[in-house]
Amino acid sequence: MSESSAELAVSVAEVGKVFPARKGGGVSALEAVSVDIAAGEFVSLIGPSGCGKSTLMRLVADLDSPSSGTITVFGKSARQARRDQDYGIAFQQAGLLPWRTVRENIELPLQLHGVGKAARRARASELIELVGLGDFGDRHPDQLSGGMQQRVAIARSLAESPRLLLMDEPFGALDEMTRERMQTELARLRAETGAAVVFVTHSIPEAVYLSDRVVVMSPRPGRIVQVLDMKLGGAEDRTDALREDAHFFERVSAVREALHGDPASAARARGAETR
Amino acid sequence: MKRLRGALLGIAGIVLLGVLWEGYKALAPAIGVKIGAITVLPRTSDAAMPHLATMLQRALDPVTAAAGSPPLWTAVLQASLFTVSIAAVSWVVGVIVGFLIATLMQRFRTAESALLPWVVLSQTVPLIALAPLVKRWGSLVHFGAFDWQDWMSVALIASYLAFFPVSIGALRGFASPEPAHLDLMRAYGVGWWRTYLRLRVPASVPYLVPALRLAAANAVIGTVVAEVSIGLSGGVGRMIIEFAQTGSSDPAKQWAPIFGAVLVGLVAAGAVALLGLALHKYRRNEVTA
Ligand SMILES: Nc1ncnc2c1ncn2[C@@H]1O[C@H](COP(=O)(O)OP(=O)(O)O)[C@@H](O)[C@H]1O
Ligand SMILES: [Mg+2]
Repeated sequence: MSESSAELAVSVAEVGKVFPARKGGGVSALEAVSVDIAAGEFVSLIGPSGCGKSTLMRLVADLDSPSSGTITVFGKSARQARRDQDYGIAFQQAGLLPWRTVRENIELPLQLHGVGKAARRARASELIELVGLGDFGDRHPDQLSGGMQQRVAIARSLAESPRLLLMDEPFGALDEMTRERMQTELARLRAETGAAVVFVTHSIPEAVYLSDRVVVMSPRPGRIVQVLDMKLGGAEDRTDALREDAHFFERVSAVREALHGDPASAARARGAETR
Repeated sequence: MKRLRGALLGIAGIVLLGVLWEGYKALAPAIGVKIGAITVLPRTSDAAMPHLATMLQRALDPVTAAAGSPPLWTAVLQASLFTVSIAAVSWVVGVIVGFLIATLMQRFRTAESALLPWVVLSQTVPLIALAPLVKRWGSLVHFGAFDWQDWMSVALIASYLAFFPVSIGALRGFASPEPAHLDLMRAYGVGWWRTYLRLRVPASVPYLVPALRLAAANAVIGTVVAEVSIGLSGGVGRMIIEFAQTGSSDPAKQWAPIFGAVLVGLVAAGAVALLGLALHKYRRNEVTA
């Protein structure tokens, strides 16, 4: 295996995905998508809804398989990476099991993979502290706010210390205040764990604030329009002060322009919307 | 608080029933209410509708005039115990069979398409009506020291009625996890068995509890009726028939085993309610508890 591919967390090469449609043909959700994500890198996927962000993430997670092209995760096939538990995953809906307490939810992946009771307990306590849910370990999900539930989901995704985190709009259902706080915490967690992150969002400031690079996508079929470097410094620089920074605003505008600015792609997007 | 209110309402319901009984007996004509030749409301004579106090008094008296005959209420209680035991066995068998069938249907698509129509059709065959046949088939079963007993025919018929709601409820429950939860299990790389154990079974509980309640009702009704049609003595079903035959000379006596049957039903319902409480952590997102 070559040196460079060993450093890659995710490599997506010429990937296409066609969903079978009811009336013959099919829905082309992704077309010729190529992107490489380095180990420890934070990459956001942004684009209007329906542009295939979730689909791309599901392909990386091997929850679905591509119609064409190849995906490798840490130099292995996506399937092998899933089997080896190389990634942790979190969705927009926290997806906690309602009959399990916070602690038991966080322990779920460990329990499923045969980790002993004591080790499980220790790890869960650690994660509960890490995501700031100190007193809530024995609560059930229905006793928690949306933000707290999402923290539990993130703690669960970190349970097995994966080197790759896949997050599909994890803060999408949260109010703006909670959302910003969660972003700050995610930046901190990421700095502490050093994991690579693939982060799906449709919030421009969120993408800019968190990412090393932002992948801008266009809909129908889902394509990569542009990949923008954020150059906002390392994970330790993602503080609240960054949100007031001129460079931050400059990058927000850059992403916005990539999303809407280019007249040709804007026309394409409108055409797709009215169809 | 809510439970206390429920209990009070239950007691109020029973009292109301008693008041209605005595009120109707006091106010309606002795020959009942007739439209033309058809009696639309029952007679109120002591033979048809004994006073509640008479029934109670009769329950305390011995079963028969013979010396050493036990008080009627102990005989009824014993018969109720007998019936509730058979119903419990039927319920357990029905629940296990129903659960296994649902599991098989969940595991294999082909099993679902092959079994589900039969499961549904099974309830159109009135096995109770075939009780004598069941008894005959049973009498053909011998292996080793094992001999088929009549109570087993009764239990078989009752469990036949009990398994149905469980299989349907469990099947729906096993299919109830959200797609996101199934994705999660797939992301964890776990196969069918652990997904079943950790996700599908716990998620099925809200569907299972009402099914278990129905199964209990079916098991009780099945047992009481099958006792009669098989001719198994010892339980309340048979006792109701026996005492009804002495109805003209001793009208209050036949009410005792009827109350016994009601008691059996209450015990069964209570047991399932307790089970539902024990499973409460799996029922957190049920709207009505
Ligand atoms: N399972 C599926 N079956 C058919 N079409 C799908 C399926 N999943 C997604 N799609 C289609 O693929 C496109 C991309 O969807 P998705 O990846 O969910 O978009 P996004 O997450 O960017 O909003 C949409 O047009 C959607 O309708
Ligand atoms: Mg999506």
